[in-house]
Amino acid sequence: MDALLHITTLHYLVLGAALFLLGVIGVLTRRNVVIVLMSIELILNAVNLNLVAFSRYWQGMPARLGGGPGALHGQVFAIFVITDAAAEAAVGLGILIAFFRNKETVNVDEVNLLKW
Amino acid sequence: MLFLDHIYLIPLFPAVGAALMFFFGRRLQKSTVSAVCVGTIVLAFLMACGAVWQYTNWSATPEHLHQPYQTILYTWLGTDTGHLNYQKSDGSSASLQADAGFLLDPLSSIWLLFVTGVGMLIHIYSTGYMAHEGGYYRFFGYLNLFMFSMLTLILANNYVLMFVGWEGVGLCSYLLIGFYFHRKSATDAGNKAFIVNRIGDAGFILGMFFIAWLCGSLRFMDVTGFAREHAASLMGNPYVTAATLLLFVGACGKSAQIPLYVWLPDAMEGPTPVSALIHAATMVTAGVYMVARSNALFVLAPKSMLVVAIVGALTAVFAASIGLVQNDIKRVLAYSTVSQLGYMFLALGVGAFSAAVFHVFTHAFFKALLFLGAGSVIHAMSGEQNMRNMGDLHKRIPVTHWTMFIATLAIAGIFPFAGFFSKDAILWETWSREGGAYRILWCVGYATALMTAFYMFRLMYLTFHGHPRMSHEIEHHIHESPKSMTLPLVVLAICAVGAGWLGWPHSLGGSDHFTKFLEPVFAGEAQALTAEGKAGQLAAAEKEEEHNTGTEWLLMGLSLAAAFTGWAMAWRSYRHADKGYTEPIAAAAPLVYDTLLNKYYVDEGYDYVFTGRRKIGNVRLGVLGLGEASSWFDSHVIDGAVNGAGRITRLTATFSSWWDRWIIDGIGVNGPAILARMLSYPARLFEWGLVQWYALVMTAGLVGFVFYYVYH
Repeated sequence: MDALLHITTLHYLVLGAALFLLGVIGVLTRRNVVIVLMSIELILNAVNLNLVAFSRYWQGMPARLGGGPGALHGQVFAIFVITDAAAEAAVGLGILIAFFRNKETVNVDEVNLLKW
Repeated sequence: MLFLDHIYLIPLFPAVGAALMFFFGRRLQKSTVSAVCVGTIVLAFLMACGAVWQYTNWSATPEHLHQPYQTILYTWLGTDTGHLNYQKSDGSSASLQADAGFLLDPLSSIWLLFVTGVGMLIHIYSTGYMAHEGGYYRFFGYLNLFMFSMLTLILANNYVLMFVGWEGVGLCSYLLIGFYFHRKSATDAGNKAFIVNRIGDAGFILGMFFIAWLCGSLRFMDVTGFAREHAASLMGNPYVTAATLLLFVGACGKSAQIPLYVWLPDAMEGPTPVSALIHAATMVTAGVYMVARSNALFVLAPKSMLVVAIVGALTAVFAASIGLVQNDIKRVLAYSTVSQLGYMFLALGVGAFSAAVFHVFTHAFFKALLFLGAGSVIHAMSGEQNMRNMGDLHKRIPVTHWTMFIATLAIAGIFPFAGFFSKDAILWETWSREGGAYRILWCVGYATALMTAFYMFRLMYLTFHGHPRMSHEIEHHIHESPKSMTLPLVVLAICAVGAGWLGWPHSLGGSDHFTKFLEPVFAGEAQALTAEGKAGQLAAAEKEEEHNTGTEWLLMGLSLAAAFTGWAMAWRSYRHADKGYTEPIAAAAPLVYDTLLNKYYVDEGYDYVFTGRRKIGNVRLGVLGLGEASSWFDSHVIDGAVNGAGRITRLTATFSSWWDRWIIDGIGVNGPAILARMLSYPARLFEWGLVQWYALVMTAGLVGFVFYYVYH
């Protein structure tokens, strides 16, 4: 049973970072606006993971250092982030719909009315 | 008083003659033309005699004693309305006025008599001389016009009317010299006469301005009165000197003195009666008349008088020297005229006004006689004028010969002919005036007398004696002139003999009627000297004159000796002149002979200096060359400088515009703009417009921050 790795906070952070990185790359690279929005969700969710991972870590810490079973800061923040992500997705999709109505396309490189 | 009251008729008769010729002359017969034109002058002469006779009676009455007779027809220039007012030299205001007025006094009486008398004789002569010429009516029309102008000049009572006559005689001289207008030499001579005359006229007008400015009036009586009244304060006044010098310039032009004498020899291109009347007896004496009329002003300017005397003496000897070698019979007489006029101005210059007038009087007769005789010779010789081709005429044209011989005796100054008395009076006055101040001029005059006798007798011997040198056809045609020509010659010969007796000097026992007659005109000289405080000197001079009859006789003897010496020298050289005779001067000094024959190259000199016809390469000579040089200087140097300044300004402007365009605008204005533009390239990237680019930049910034905080 020691062949199993103990899943530490670090693993969560790495996963979070990986997801974040994927999300960033997706935002930067993908052409389709919907995919970009999905990548933004991915980023936000990676951030969520990060938050929760750290919050669990702090739960394992002694109380006089700021930890204990009541240190739920991270989880609460994560709830906020999720809410925020949902709102943002709604708004983003609204912008997308408006944009599509104007330009009849969902390619990000064609959002260039202000391009010189 | 009939003649005096109607004295304006004297110039009017010839004017009517001229007008008739102008309008109707072409259609008239020659006999009608002669009758009209000669008749007008005869009438004028008779009226002149009557007027002078009545004047002498009038001026002998106590209330008019010694006064000139003046009658004014109307005011020609100016009125009393004040429109022609000007400021005099002393600041007061004067009005410019000139009347058509006539003045008769002893001076103008003398001129009137000999001008109309000699004029009448010459008109009669011309009917014979011009009988076979074309343009007969034109000739007489011009002659009458000339008489009108001359009489206006003489009888005028003010300078302006005199100037009208002055210009008129100049015009007629031009018309008559160029009478044979088909000949270019004649028209050139006419132009020369008129132009040179005009130069003198400019001086005359300027002199008139000075006189008007000084005296406030241009009437002779007013000017004379003014001058005599203010004699003490005006003596030596520089403005009076200027006025008199300018008047003398006018006289030089009209009376052919140096440097304006050059027209007179060329004037011989005109017909011989013209030369006799205009260029011997009458027109050329107008200058002498004008100076004599202005004697009150001249007396106040001793410097001008000195100039007049010197110029007169120089002209006399200069012209006489040229006359020694001339071959054209009329040229010799022309230079003789210039020389004798020099004598007259010499007399005027030393203050011997009556002697000058006396010489004018006698000269008119013998010079007119000489010219008319020369015309008779030319007529006999079928137009030949060169004395080299004459000779041995004395038997064939005796009347001409004897009258010319009398005239030659007169001009040479041999007692008792006319020229002796007048010339001797001049020489005596030159010797004795101002206590011998002018003795150098006397020597000049003496040399001239010697030369005069020589060239005149040379003329006589070459023309009438020696061996015949003419061609055979001409020799066959030699005949005495018709009565119309010889009669005036005889009359003039009588005058040439007797005219001098009017001025028989005191030293030889006579009473010198001439000088006494002229006393009222020139008496002011005594007044001027008195005013100067020289009354004692005047009295002493008079006494000295009485005691110097011995010196006077000596000088008379010397003059006679000069005359006879000249005669003897001419007799020796020319009495046997045959074909190809040698001139003694040419044999002795060929260089001198050439210079004299070419008239000292004065005409060529004037041509180079004044006419602007000569060039060296492309450069014009003389005063017109100076004008061209000035013009070149102005257009190249001065305008070049101006253009250069303009170019410099343009250069500066170009540089300035370059500076403005490239430096100011380029660097100053555009520089920041270009800088901004250059900087904008990277700056633009902030607003690319590409969403994913914005996202990338944000990410890059974030990573940067992270790295900064982690590794710092």
